[in-house]
Amino acid sequence: MAESADARRAQWILIEPPRGFAPVRLGELWAYRELLGFIAWRDVAVRYKQSALGILWALLTPLVTVAIFTLIFGRVAQIPSDGVPYAVFCYAGLLPWLFFSQSVQRATVSMVAERNLLTKVYFPRLIVPISATLAPLVDFAIASSILAALMVWYRVVPSAHALYLVPLCIAWAWLVAVGVGALLAAANVYYRDVGQVIPFLLQVWMYASPVVYPTSLLPSGLRWLHALNPLVGIIDTLRFALFTRGPAPGAALFVSLSVSAALVAIGLACFARMERSFADVV
Amino acid sequence: MLEVESIGKLYRLGGGVRHDTLRDALAHRFGRGRARSADPEDFWALRNVSFAVAEGEVVGVVGRNGAGKSTLLKLLARITAPTEGRIRLGGRVASLLEVGTGFHPELSGRENIFMNGAVLGMTRREISARFDSIVEFAEIERFLDTPIKRYSSGMYVRLAFAVAAHLEPEILLVDEVLAVGDAEFQKKCLGRIAGVGRSGRTVLFVSHNLAAIQQVTTRCMLLEKGELACDGATPDVVAAYIGGHGRGAVADDLATQHPDFHIHSVRFDDEGRPPGFNQPLHFELSLELGRPFRTVGFEIGIHNSLGARVLTSRYVVDQLDEGKTTLAIRIPDHHLAPGAYALMLGIARGTQAIYWAENVLPFSLSDLGVTDPLIQPYLTQQRDRIGAFIAGRWEKR
Repeated sequence: MAESADARRAQWILIEPPRGFAPVRLGELWAYRELLGFIAWRDVAVRYKQSALGILWALLTPLVTVAIFTLIFGRVAQIPSDGVPYAVFCYAGLLPWLFFSQSVQRATVSMVAERNLLTKVYFPRLIVPISATLAPLVDFAIASSILAALMVWYRVVPSAHALYLVPLCIAWAWLVAVGVGALLAAANVYYRDVGQVIPFLLQVWMYASPVVYPTSLLPSGLRWLHALNPLVGIIDTLRFALFTRGPAPGAALFVSLSVSAALVAIGLACFARMERSFADVV
Repeated sequence: MLEVESIGKLYRLGGGVRHDTLRDALAHRFGRGRARSADPEDFWALRNVSFAVAEGEVVGVVGRNGAGKSTLLKLLARITAPTEGRIRLGGRVASLLEVGTGFHPELSGRENIFMNGAVLGMTRREISARFDSIVEFAEIERFLDTPIKRYSSGMYVRLAFAVAAHLEPEILLVDEVLAVGDAEFQKKCLGRIAGVGRSGRTVLFVSHNLAAIQQVTTRCMLLEKGELACDGATPDVVAAYIGGHGRGAVADDLATQHPDFHIHSVRFDDEGRPPGFNQPLHFELSLELGRPFRTVGFEIGIHNSLGARVLTSRYVVDQLDEGKTTLAIRIPDHHLAPGAYALMLGIARGTQAIYWAENVLPFSLSDLGVTDPLIQPYLTQQRDRIGAFIAGRWEKR
């Protein structure tokens, strides 16, 4: 009897003063998946409440952007597009980029925006920046329909590899967004400057990514340097899978992958270290 | 169900630790002009607190503002991490630190029930199963699909409570949330909290409402300046909170505006213990005068816990001799309900104020030991004597 009570006690939740780096508790994150879903659903639902166009906004933003880019970079600047019609080429890069930048932007301000929750209830704090990346994922899915339409219109046939490469690229972009988002969200709790810098940082980051230009435009000696930006690997792989034209991602891909892994690890570790004092600081 | 071992929480105030902007942090680190401000002022919101709570116990936590009650709940709820010590929790914890956590104004009542439920730790299935009951409890059937930004504040609070009332965690932490909502709804919620305890779950209940604490809990903890001052049966702890300490039953050495007029103490003359709610109130006022005073006006008032004056009595003393004097103030039939009160005292000579303070002596009228539920007939019977209590009875000893 006493033994079983002791055994039960061993399963009790233990709260102790935090020390050093703590691992990300994936099991706990999984246990709170419903809350994650609710917060993400709320973000999506609230965005389109009392709006006349509603979900159409998810189409309008990328559509207008790609129209402008096609006009300026495709027509006026005559930037090459690996033999694919420029509009399709550009849209295939813009989609993952918009998903990534919106995720990072929302994740950065998410902790401060959810201050009310953080100071009143417990849940794994990582849920907040993660849920901030889910609404842009919905937008991404909706906006993808336009890519499909464009490909049919221009008769671009994707390769069979697209079946697994496209989901892999989305997962890749999402993981990097979570890692970077978590890092910036934690930093923004302490220094609100981060929120100010983000729009500027993202603008620079977009032009450092092959959204409006192909990687093939760069001298091959510089490609590995360019690939330090994880978005280079993501967008190039996605384009290769969809268009089967342009250069197959080579060694540069592994540079992008390693940087991505490092970013995710650093982001989550920093977040886990800082999360215990969020409620006291935010 | 819950064990707390010498837990402590340190907050840093002021200099050198918190920076709201990066520029501040950089300026602080590299600034030459600015000397490092004096050692950061450490503040222990809670220190060396240990206790254990068994399954099914409903425990009250009382203490003055800043005593560490909310910090304790935040540590138990895992909202903030302790600085020292350890806590063991034997089950799912739900914390009710405010009403309507996670409510979003744009979402409908129906949507917010799910959102709030999830935030408080319920699963989707649990919420669905209790949905009808929640709606009924909140009395908002007709407005289920209205965004709650259009709700009246009463509807909002009812909805929030309704969700909270359907929580079934092993450990429930309740902060001063019952302070809002109308009286009837408060009663409904108190009943619910007591019910949670009876069904074998553990409740920690923080409140300034001593009547509610006494109604719901059997055991109580008193926090003072971050330390556990008292832990025991509710009546004893509440009595200790009200009576035993510092400003409790005796107010000493009050500073007056007249150098020859000293107030030694104001106290309950029954050994400093406040009476039960249907017993007469006896105060003693001990004075020491440097010279004789003529026509001194006294005013005694009693304020309830909301700060409203509920009783006033005035008296003029023609002559007060030099030396020590004790005035006895008796209020035989005050008809005050059980609850927390504060004694107000004013002394004046003509138009010149000698002393004035609204909260000289906090006290509480307990309903302990009162078995007679027939308060209403009692009141009727005494109606013709109400005039007497307002005047009070003043005697010079």
